[in-house]
Amino acid sequence: MSVAHLSLRRRMRERGLDAVTLLVLPGVLFVLALFIYPFIYGLVLSFEPKDGGWWLANYQKFFSEPFLYETIWLTLQIAIPATLLNTVLSVPVALRVRLMKRQKLLTTILVIPITLGTVMVADGLLTYLGPRGWLNRVLVDFGITDSPVRLIHNYWGVMLSLVISGFPFTFLLTLSYVTGIDPALEQAGAMLGAKARQRFFRILLPLLAPGLAITLALAFVQAFTVFPSAILLGAPAGPTRVISIVAYQAAFEQFDYPLASAIAMLMALIQVVIIAALLGARTLVFRGPVSTGKG
Amino acid sequence: MPIASRDFRELRLEGVGRDFGQLHALRDVNLTVKRGEFVALLGPSGCGKSTALNCISGLLQPTDGAIWLDDTRLDDIGPEDRGFGMVFQNYALFPHMTVRRNIGFGLTTHRRPRDEIERRVYEALALVRLETQAEKLPGQLSGGQQQRVAIARAIVVEPPLVLMDEPLSNLDAKLRLEMRAEIRRIHTMLGCSTIYVTHDQEEALSLADRIMVMIDGQPRQIGTPEDLYVRPSSAAVAEFMGYRNLLRSPARTVPGGSGVTVMIGGAHVLGTAMEPVDGDATVAIRPDDLHPTVDGPIAATVEIAEYHGRDFYAVARGRDGEDLYFRSSQRVGPGETVHLSVLPERVLVFPA
Repeated sequence: MSVAHLSLRRRMRERGLDAVTLLVLPGVLFVLALFIYPFIYGLVLSFEPKDGGWWLANYQKFFSEPFLYETIWLTLQIAIPATLLNTVLSVPVALRVRLMKRQKLLTTILVIPITLGTVMVADGLLTYLGPRGWLNRVLVDFGITDSPVRLIHNYWGVMLSLVISGFPFTFLLTLSYVTGIDPALEQAGAMLGAKARQRFFRILLPLLAPGLAITLALAFVQAFTVFPSAILLGAPAGPTRVISIVAYQAAFEQFDYPLASAIAMLMALIQVVIIAALLGARTLVFRGPVSTGKG
Repeated sequence: MPIASRDFRELRLEGVGRDFGQLHALRDVNLTVKRGEFVALLGPSGCGKSTALNCISGLLQPTDGAIWLDDTRLDDIGPEDRGFGMVFQNYALFPHMTVRRNIGFGLTTHRRPRDEIERRVYEALALVRLETQAEKLPGQLSGGQQQRVAIARAIVVEPPLVLMDEPLSNLDAKLRLEMRAEIRRIHTMLGCSTIYVTHDQEEALSLADRIMVMIDGQPRQIGTPEDLYVRPSSAAVAEFMGYRNLLRSPARTVPGGSGVTVMIGGAHVLGTAMEPVDGDATVAIRPDDLHPTVDGPIAATVEIAEYHGRDFYAVARGRDGEDLYFRSSQRVGPGETVHLSVLPERVLVFPA
């Protein structure tokens, strides 16, 4: 009997559509109401300049004022190193932690910065790294430096905060990818004469690469949209005037919602381009299951 | 380069043991494997046979004793420098490499010239009859094919010693028989020394030149398959070698020779003492050696009879209430009374 002779209901089921499919409806509505609609609203708004003019006036303004367009570069200068640092640091740590027995304890400690939130972390860092904080007092009292090291209200303050709040996130993701790799593969590599370095580059890394691309993408989004720590720990008027700050200023200081929307759209565009590049690179590497045994 | 050439004389394990915390996973292993020999480590799960294999491979450090390859002590040499081949239970093929690159991996780490790698990979592929699958990924192969790739990958570097950790346990029954013959064929062709871990006595009997039976982390008997099959050294080994009937009985020596009389199913039967025994004993008899005959001394009532094609496998209850497992070439049915007999040399009597 060919498929054409089946009832509509059965043909739908063949394609995986049945009553259970309706369960996705609330989710779809939720996404439409809270994500798609605001996004399209913002997109349309960005094409309606506050002071009139042609539809691309907001974008033209952004790219004609160095004060605005330079923020893209400033943000990337913070986001890219932070993303790379967190991810690259996560791999060796995850490889080590994988072998530990007290994994739970360590992962719990590492999750704490995530639960505290950026503002709390920023506040703690301000006190700890400040001119009269523990760190500088130790450095100066022990004569390691003559004067307090400046680690807050500049680029390094923001970077530190991004590492503290971003590392646990990339680490946990990486750990889950690492533990998914069958330890027997490394043992097989060792038995075939591969030294630790060869085992890492020829077995672990290729199997880890797809997961690392996802980790990089998520870590980048987190770092690119940095806002509270850029204000609290950085120099929001200078080197850490990131793009989200100018979007905020446009919206809530100049009350130019269309311009703020345009900046938000540009942020989205940059993120999409970079994530697309990362995920595109992912298709170049092996993406199958990371173990082959049956059972 | 691997430390070992193929021209070694023997691998020696001297008092090798391994503890995991308080647990003695492995104790007092003394074993010599000669070049070209096929040795099986046989035992129930958790008996330490895989631990022993991992100590030989270098993936695990022994906590006691020493492992020697001729005059080289192996304990301080890492697995990557020992140059042994290993076939893992789950094959452990690199999922991101084609069959060809999987097999060639060991040759590239040893920095062989490219044309040599190509030639030897091709030879290995031919040996396991997978020439047509060279460019496939492991995930595209069946279990049996993956197994063959794993074997090819282990032997292509011409290791002095091939270690196999339950290589057939993930295959279905039919494939297991085929691969068993395949492993035997490859071993005969290449003559590489092999240490083979298994819990399947039939596998060990059919493949190995010698078998080491391990129970509770200790070797209990080392011998040829015939030795173990016919003359197990203890009741525990006998049980593992298929002596299904293990009965408690008092044993009395018969003057002259090693004969003893024991009670089986309430009847007096002549047996063979494996060690001097007088008093409490354990009697071991294979179901295959216990048959119903017209005038057999052991009267018993059949409880269960399974038809096995060639014969019947049955359980009967003796007069003393003990269950006896036996085989019968004639049809037997539940409720029937049978008279079982057994040759004295097939009644093994061990001190209890």
